[in-house]
Amino acid sequence: MHPQAIDWIIMGTYFAFVLGIGAALKRSMRTSTDFFLSGRAMPAWITGLAFISANLGAQEVIGMAASGAKYGMATSQFYWVGAIPAMVFLGVFMMPFYYGSRARSVPEYLKLRFDEKTRGLNAITFAVMTVFSSGISLYALALLLRLLLGWGFATSVALSALIVLVYIFLGGLTSAIYNEVLQFFLIVFGFAPLVLIGLKDVGGWQGLVAGLHTVAQRRGYAPDAWLSTWGVMGRARDNPMGIDWFSLVMGLGFVLSFGYWCTDFLVVQRALAADSMDSARRTPLIAAVPKMLFPFLVILPGMIAIAATVHGGASGLTLPRKADGHLNYNMVVPLMLGRYFPNGMLGLGLTALMASFMTGMAGNVTAFNTVWTYDIYQAYIRHDASDAHYLTVGRLATVVGIALSVAAAYLTNRFSNIMDLLQLLFAFVNAPLFATFLLGMFWKRASGHGAFTGLLAGTLAAAVHHGLTLPAGRTPGIKGGWIAVLHLYPSQMAQNFWTAIWAFAVCLLVTIVVSLMTRPRPEQDLVGLVYSLTPRERTTARRWYRRPAVLGACVLAAAVALNVMFW
Amino acid sequence: MGLDIRIPVGALFSLLGALLAGYGLIGAEALARRSLGINIDLWWGLVLAVFGASMLLLAWRARRRR
Repeated sequence: MHPQAIDWIIMGTYFAFVLGIGAALKRSMRTSTDFFLSGRAMPAWITGLAFISANLGAQEVIGMAASGAKYGMATSQFYWVGAIPAMVFLGVFMMPFYYGSRARSVPEYLKLRFDEKTRGLNAITFAVMTVFSSGISLYALALLLRLLLGWGFATSVALSALIVLVYIFLGGLTSAIYNEVLQFFLIVFGFAPLVLIGLKDVGGWQGLVAGLHTVAQRRGYAPDAWLSTWGVMGRARDNPMGIDWFSLVMGLGFVLSFGYWCTDFLVVQRALAADSMDSARRTPLIAAVPKMLFPFLVILPGMIAIAATVHGGASGLTLPRKADGHLNYNMVVPLMLGRYFPNGMLGLGLTALMASFMTGMAGNVTAFNTVWTYDIYQAYIRHDASDAHYLTVGRLATVVGIALSVAAAYLTNRFSNIMDLLQLLFAFVNAPLFATFLLGMFWKRASGHGAFTGLLAGTLAAAVHHGLTLPAGRTPGIKGGWIAVLHLYPSQMAQNFWTAIWAFAVCLLVTIVVSLMTRPRPEQDLVGLVYSLTPRERTTARRWYRRPAVLGACVLAAAVALNVMFW
Repeated sequence: MGLDIRIPVGALFSLLGALLAGYGLIGAEALARRSLGINIDLWWGLVLAVFGASMLLLAWRARRRR
């Protein structure tokens, strides 16, 4: 790949705009609410695009293309099953409590609904996780830039950290959200031509289908295995994911997906920045529309690449192999950028990738500085300072958060095992969360002691399940089975899904039992926080398509239609 | 909020579109070889420019209404 002046000019133009937006917004950051929640003044289409963009980091783009090559069309289950239903549920049922309670963060909702210790547990684990995720983003960006442009690790890390620091420091969440909107359009416009040229390369849709039939048959699956979603989910051994429909629906579609989309402050924060209750509720619903079409943008390139590699295409595109002889699926996107894009478009594609790395990082940093300031600093260190004081603390937290991310990036570079271990721990902590929120919002009897013990028990259950099971063909250790191997799963994905299912079930059960044994909070304290005690949210929208329930139903119907089309 | 997001989005994409299309127009032959005979810089640059211009138009109309 040989970027030339035109590519650098395109990248430079984008960075100039990013910094310019930060500078232009500096004047409107007067209060801590401006800085942490964009003054709760954003229209729904902006928060909606930011909602989807904050999640669409570059690891996701590169990872989904890799999975598209590895598993084919079934990867879109991560969107159509693993995101859309949860996003609709968040918008229609849960947002009234997040936005309506005037909580400024997800941990703060837990404080209002349950008690201080539940909030503390959630706030601290969340803050640690965001710093490490942002560090992993930086690390992955540095690896990619080394590969594509030959930049050194230190240069890449320093440059991207500095840019993110400047624009968040100046413009807070508004700056992050605006850049997420820019990134959304960059990803769409940067990747659509990749798919179009790629399709032409393999002989159009017909050619792609023929190519993927060859791929599936060579690997001992039914011809349609790379092209269908539900059709091959009957038994785990019929599809390359090693997943059956039940663990897919329960593990991914219910526990993991609802746990992430409905409780992760990184995405929920975008909705809290909306200008009204209706806008907040529409945020995830508007986001769901591009989300359900993204498979065609990020998964299809992987399917094209594998078809070209195995079956052959006009340009002779072939995935490289790793040292161990396996295809290097993570190279799908870099390879296609370098192969199909002439200078000019190459600059646009690289800009889109860099933008998504940086917004992935910025999303974590803005969530971190808010949770740190409101849920840790204000809760435990200084209760009653002036608003200006918390604004300063938030700006400082931005600097510290980015410094910690840089440290985490270096740590990952030195000890990649530590990062695997940490990500495993995060998965244990996150797995049971949705049970706590579900009971908190829809069962007034759930108590603070119940929620706290439930969360701990769920995390423990996740760890124990992981320690007792192993994906087939692996040795006990970081992949599981470190206590004893009682059960073998057909794939690591199946093991992950069942770890989540167990954590959820144990958390649900323990929360219910402990709540029944402890004193509930008086009902008048729970108005606005629990479904049965809160007056129904009346939408003020006059047009039918602006009503959250109607919009939610349309989104679900469209998602069902996509599932049927690609059955 | 102080700044209508459509202005920076519109300006950025108009500029990028003009850059790409201009570059595609100058170096047409050599460039198209990579992208299977399509002068993608030129055509995609025009798409970006149209998108950018319509964003600017929307922002301008919103401002006039206020």
